[in-house]
Amino acid sequence: MTLEDRGPGPDAIYREELLAGRFTVQTCGDCGQSSFPPRVFCKHCGSAALTRVEASGDGVVYSTSAVRNRPDKGGDHNIALVDLAEGVRLLTRVDGAGPTEVPIGARVKARIVGGDVPHVVFDLVKE
Amino acid sequence: MTHHELRGASAVVGVGLAGCGEAPGRTAMELIGSAAWNAVTDAGLKMTDIDGVFGVSAVHGMPSVTISEYLGIKPSYSDGSMIGGSSNVAHILQATMAIRAGLCSTALVIYGSNQKSASGKLVSSAAEFNPYEQPYKPRFPITAYALAAARHMHQFGTTRQQLAEVAVAARGWANLNPEAYMHGPLSIDDVLNARMVCDPFGLFDCCLVTDGAGALVVVGRDRAKDFPKKPVYFLGGGMAHWHRSIMQMPDITVTAASESGPRAFEMAGMEPADIDVLELYDAFTINTILFLEDLGFCPKGEGGRFVEGGRIAPGGSLPVNTNGGGLSCVHPGMYGTFILVEAIRQLRGEAGDRQAKGAETAIVHGNGGVLSSQVTSIFGTEATL
Repeated sequence: MTLEDRGPGPDAIYREELLAGRFTVQTCGDCGQSSFPPRVFCKHCGSAALTRVEASGDGVVYSTSAVRNRPDKGGDHNIALVDLAEGVRLLTRVDGAGPTEVPIGARVKARIVGGDVPHVVFDLVKE
Repeated sequence: MTHHELRGASAVVGVGLAGCGEAPGRTAMELIGSAAWNAVTDAGLKMTDIDGVFGVSAVHGMPSVTISEYLGIKPSYSDGSMIGGSSNVAHILQATMAIRAGLCSTALVIYGSNQKSASGKLVSSAAEFNPYEQPYKPRFPITAYALAAARHMHQFGTTRQQLAEVAVAARGWANLNPEAYMHGPLSIDDVLNARMVCDPFGLFDCCLVTDGAGALVVVGRDRAKDFPKKPVYFLGGGMAHWHRSIMQMPDITVTAASESGPRAFEMAGMEPADIDVLELYDAFTINTILFLEDLGFCPKGEGGRFVEGGRIAPGGSLPVNTNGGGLSCVHPGMYGTFILVEAIRQLRGEAGDRQAKGAETAIVHGNGGVLSSQVTSIFGTEATL
């Protein structure tokens, strides 16, 4: 048995899904763990039985930093690591929150932005 | 205790630096050439005696080949493995294996960069495009380390004051080192009040961007005493890496140094209490805290409290980063070379005002990428063989 090696790969398919408004992660049919970013076999157990599932979008802030920039270079902005309910972690940002206003442990929800270059950001969930 | 075949199998018999700080008008390869010449001369050798080259560069895609050509060396074995700032620390292990296997006999381990004079900012072939990070505009590599620091603070109560202790200790050592780029007083308040770069890091939590090159000459144990300077023996080495991108690091408060360290200690037949002087890759203040924990000098989560009260500063109980570190001495993009050179000088007793008294053993811990590749080496004097 060999892996498929022609046609759109997991990376291209992920982007097509994002363009269509779906944020997906891969789940392993053998070990049950999830992988992100997309890959051709499971990073946890090596199985090729990966399937794409639409992510819940539910996450928790694992860590955060404020990147400081001069105003003429776009000003300060936040960066966050977010743990998704599916068990994967993303480097991302939290929209609608100031550069230093992203609490570690806060609940967040995913949203796709970026038009032609779609990417996933998060919003703070109002408790 | 099993005696690992690589324990004591090689010795460093020459070290050299060049262009540390600022070297305007010099190319990266000219700095590399000068450091190589200084190290080879320190060993009482000629460049044509070198038959093994282990080199990296921030700008050369085939570094060991380009470096060998420039130095006029036709090596019987060479390696340009690029694993970030820890590369040269790994090369010490690789040179030891190659010498042991008879593939070469006299190895040069080397790195250099002119990035301060050439560009004024970090130049790194490791800053590759990642479509899963780029849209969010992190500042490579600072943001990744800042995220680790923020999480460490959240999880263990580490404070910015404790991070500042690391920077203040490094400056204290730099003030004793005439070759350090930064000199002058630096207080906890100076660190806390500096311009923020990437929270929780201000300017003084971040390493310098300097020029500089460094080189070491490594030979087999059987020849270690044939050279003018006191040999410093390789006692143990270990490497580990778990991730390349910070989002793939399982727990950003625990680095792979927690594996590379024990591997090196096991080979050396030693434990942290046996180490006299520590040279830990301090690209950022959190690094020193993480590596003190992960190498076993204090429990996980206690690093911040451990460094309080000047414990790792001159006059403290544990000499750490005695050249002034990447924070205050030199940091030309990849710093592993410079902690190796400092450890050798300490064990030779050549460190002047910053000499750790009676040091017989040293640990060198290299770090690459974003807390990614971790490489530990342990060295000792003849008394430790």
